[in-house]
Amino acid sequence: MLPLRFRRVTMSARVLVGVKRVIDYAVKIRVKPDRTGVVTDGVKHSMNPFCEIAVEEAVKLKEKKLVKEVVAVSCGPQQVQETIRTALAMGADRGIHVEVSGKDYETLGPLQVSKIFAALAKKEQADLIILGKQAIDDDCNQTGQMTAALLDWPQGTFASEVTLEADKLKVVREIDGGLETIKIKLPAVVTADLRLNTPRYATLPNIMKAKKKKIVNVKPADLGVDVSSRLEVLKVDEPPQRQSGVKVETVHDLVEKLKEAGRI
Amino acid sequence: MGIFQRFARIPLKSTYIWSLCRQYSTDLTAVDRALIQHRCVHNRGLGASPGNPGAAPPRLPFSRVTQEDLAFFRTLLPGRTITDPDLLKSSNVDWLKTVEGNSEVLLRPKTTEEVSQILRYCNERNLAVCPQGGNTGLVGGSVPVFDEIILSTSLMKQVITFDNISGILTCQAGCVLENLSNYLEERDFIMPLDLGAKGSCHIGGNVSTNAGGLRLLRYGSLRGTVLGLEVVLADGRILNCLATLRKDNTGYDLKQLFIGSEGTLGVITAVSILCPRKPKAVNVAFLGCSSFQQLLETFQCCRGMLGEILSAFEFLDASCMSLLEKHLKLTNPITESPFYIVIETAGSNATHDEEKLHKFLEEVMTSSLVTDGTVATEATKIKALWSLRERVTEALTHEGYTYKYDISLPVEKIYDLVQDMRGHLGDMAKNVVGYGHVGDGNLHLNITSPSKDPALLAAIEPYVYEWTSKWKGSISAEHGLGLKKRNYIYYSKPSEAVALMGSIKAMLDPKGILNPYKTLPDNIH
Repeated sequence: MLPLRFRRVTMSARVLVGVKRVIDYAVKIRVKPDRTGVVTDGVKHSMNPFCEIAVEEAVKLKEKKLVKEVVAVSCGPQQVQETIRTALAMGADRGIHVEVSGKDYETLGPLQVSKIFAALAKKEQADLIILGKQAIDDDCNQTGQMTAALLDWPQGTFASEVTLEADKLKVVREIDGGLETIKIKLPAVVTADLRLNTPRYATLPNIMKAKKKKIVNVKPADLGVDVSSRLEVLKVDEPPQRQSGVKVETVHDLVEKLKEAGRI
Repeated sequence: MGIFQRFARIPLKSTYIWSLCRQYSTDLTAVDRALIQHRCVHNRGLGASPGNPGAAPPRLPFSRVTQEDLAFFRTLLPGRTITDPDLLKSSNVDWLKTVEGNSEVLLRPKTTEEVSQILRYCNERNLAVCPQGGNTGLVGGSVPVFDEIILSTSLMKQVITFDNISGILTCQAGCVLENLSNYLEERDFIMPLDLGAKGSCHIGGNVSTNAGGLRLLRYGSLRGTVLGLEVVLADGRILNCLATLRKDNTGYDLKQLFIGSEGTLGVITAVSILCPRKPKAVNVAFLGCSSFQQLLETFQCCRGMLGEILSAFEFLDASCMSLLEKHLKLTNPITESPFYIVIETAGSNATHDEEKLHKFLEEVMTSSLVTDGTVATEATKIKALWSLRERVTEALTHEGYTYKYDISLPVEKIYDLVQDMRGHLGDMAKNVVGYGHVGDGNLHLNITSPSKDPALLAAIEPYVYEWTSKWKGSISAEHGLGLKKRNYIYYSKPSEAVALMGSIKAMLDPKGILNPYKTLPDNIH
C-alpha cells in the first residue's frame, strides 16, 4: 500500500510556473534620457527565455503523466496576459494574472514576487514551483531562492535535468565546478537553466485551444502581499562606450603607437 | 527557338578541339577524362559549345598587366593595390566555388574620382576590368574569367546622406546591405530589399544585378526604389545622376540602363534609394501544406485577408527541410508536411496586425488549407523561423555540387517543374529541391550531386530552359546571367532585343573592357 503522500504527489500534482514579460532578447536596449530606467514604450516584449524553459519542463512532466495540472502565473499590468497566453499555447492548463501596474510595477522585484508565489502556492496547493533561473532584464537570480525560503521548501536551482522519483526530485544542477546532483523532497522549488530543455514552438492548433483556457485575475492585496519596494533605483547608465581600435600598417607603426599610449 | 543556329557561328577552332576531346575520351582513363573535361569546360579558353554554353569563351585580345601599369596603380592607390596571390585567391573564386579566374591585380578605390582614373587608364591601355562587390553572385558574374583587373568596392562604404523625412538614403556602392539595414533601423527605417547574403553583399552589386530578395512582394524591385545613381563609364567619365527626387521626368531615365546590367555598362559608385519606415509590428507565421494546390489557395486567402500588411510569402519543400535538419541541425517547428510556407506581415499597429493574422490563421486551419503551423512575434523567434528559409542555400552547399536554377514561371506551374525534373533525372541526381519566392512567381530549383557530373548537367540543360521557355518564363528571375547563363538569354528574350543590347554595350563600352564574357551572349561580340 503506497503512503498517502506518494499517491497525492504522483496522481494529482499541481505545478505552478512563473512567467515574466521582459524586453525581447534581440532588441537593442536604450536608456531613458532621465536615466531612471530603460525605454519600454513601444519596445517588443516577450516571455523571459528561462521562463519558456520552465514552462516546457512543466508541460513535459504533464505529458509524462507525472503531474496533473500546470498553472502559469505572471505579475504585472494587462499586457502580461499575452505572456500567460503563450504559456497556455505551449501546454499550460490555466493562468493566473496577478495585477500589478503603474509605480508598483516599476518597483516590483524578486522579494515581492516571491511573496506572491509563496501565497499562491499555499492557496493553489501546489506541489512544485518551476521558475526560470533569472530574468534577462534584471539578472537578479533571486526569486526562486526567496520563494523556497518563504515556504520553507527545498530548492533545486540552475537545473539542467529534473527527474521525479516517487516523492523526491532528482535535480542535476549546473555549478561552477561542473554538475551537482541532489535529491530533494516535494514540495519544492526548481529554477530552470539553459540546458534543461529546448522549448517547443506553440503550434496553431494549440494557440487556438489556448484562447479557450481560463486566466483568472488576482490582486496582491487579495493574497495578503504588500508590493511596496524598499529599494530605490538611483540611476541607470549605459555601459562605457567601447573605444574603436586603430589599424596599423607596419610593425614599426605598432611599436610607435604602443609607446605613445605609454604601454611600452 | 533557333538557338543552335547561333552556335554554328562559334569559331571553328574551339568546336574542333571540343570534338577532339569527345573523340578521344573513350580511350582514356577516368582521371584523364576528368582532366580534359576540366580543361574543356573551365576557363581555359577552349570555348563554349552547344555541349556547354556556360563555359568561358576564348580570351579576348586585351592587354596584359605590365610593371608600368602596376606602378600607375600603386601611385594612384597606395597600399590598396593588391598583387599577393594569397590575398587574391578569395576574390578570384565565386561564393559557390564553381568559377575561378586568374586575376593578378585587385584594386580598392575609396572615391568615385579614383574609380574614374582607374577606368580611364584601363580604357586607354585596353585592360579588362571585373567590378566586384560582395562576391556573393550565383552566376559567376562577380569574378574574373581570365586575368581581368578586379575593381573592388569594399572600401567605398560611406553613407553620404540620409533624409529622415523623405526616407531617401544616399551612399557609396560598397556599403554592405546589413550595415545599411542597421544604420537605417536606428533611425526607424529599413532597406527596401533583404536577402540571405545581406551580411556580405554590397548595395552597388545589388543594384548592378537588380537583386530581388525576400521583400520584393511588399516594396517592389530596385527599379522602383532606386532614385538615382552615380556611375563611372568605361572611359572614365563620371555620370552623376544621383538625384534624390521621387519624381523627375526630365529626359530618358538613364539609371534604368545600369540597374541589372551586371557591371557591363558602367561601374556604379553611389546609389540613392528610397527607404520605407521600419514597421512597428512584424509577425512571421510558418505553415505546413499538404499539396501545392493548397499552398496556392493559401496564398490567395492570404492576399485577401492580410492585404496590405503582407510583406513576404516564401515556400520550401520537404526535401529542403530534410537538408536543413541533416546538414545544419535545425529543427522543424511543426509536423512534417510536403510544403512549408513562411509568411511575414509588417505594419504600424501590432494589435491590428495580430487580429488580421489570427483571423487568417483560423480561416486556413479550419478550412484545412493548412495542416499545422506556428506564429512568432518576438525578434529571436522570427529570426529562427526565417533561417529555415534563408539557410537553404547554405544547407545545399553541404551536399557536394549544386546545379542552381532561378526561374520565373506562372505561379501555378512552379512546382510542376520540380516534379518534372525529379521524374526526368531519376537516380542521376542526389536531390532535387524547390523553394523560393512563390509570391513573386520565382522558383529556386536546385539539383545536387556528390560532385560535378557532366552527364547530370547534360540531362538538366537545356531541358530545364526549354521547359521554362515553353511556359514563357524567365531562365533567370533575379540571379542575372553572369558568366554561366549568358548564352541562354535567347530562351527568354527575342533576338532583336539582344541585338539592341549589343548596340548599347558597343556605344557605352566600345573596347568591351567592363566585365567581359558576362551577361551578353558570345556571338554578339
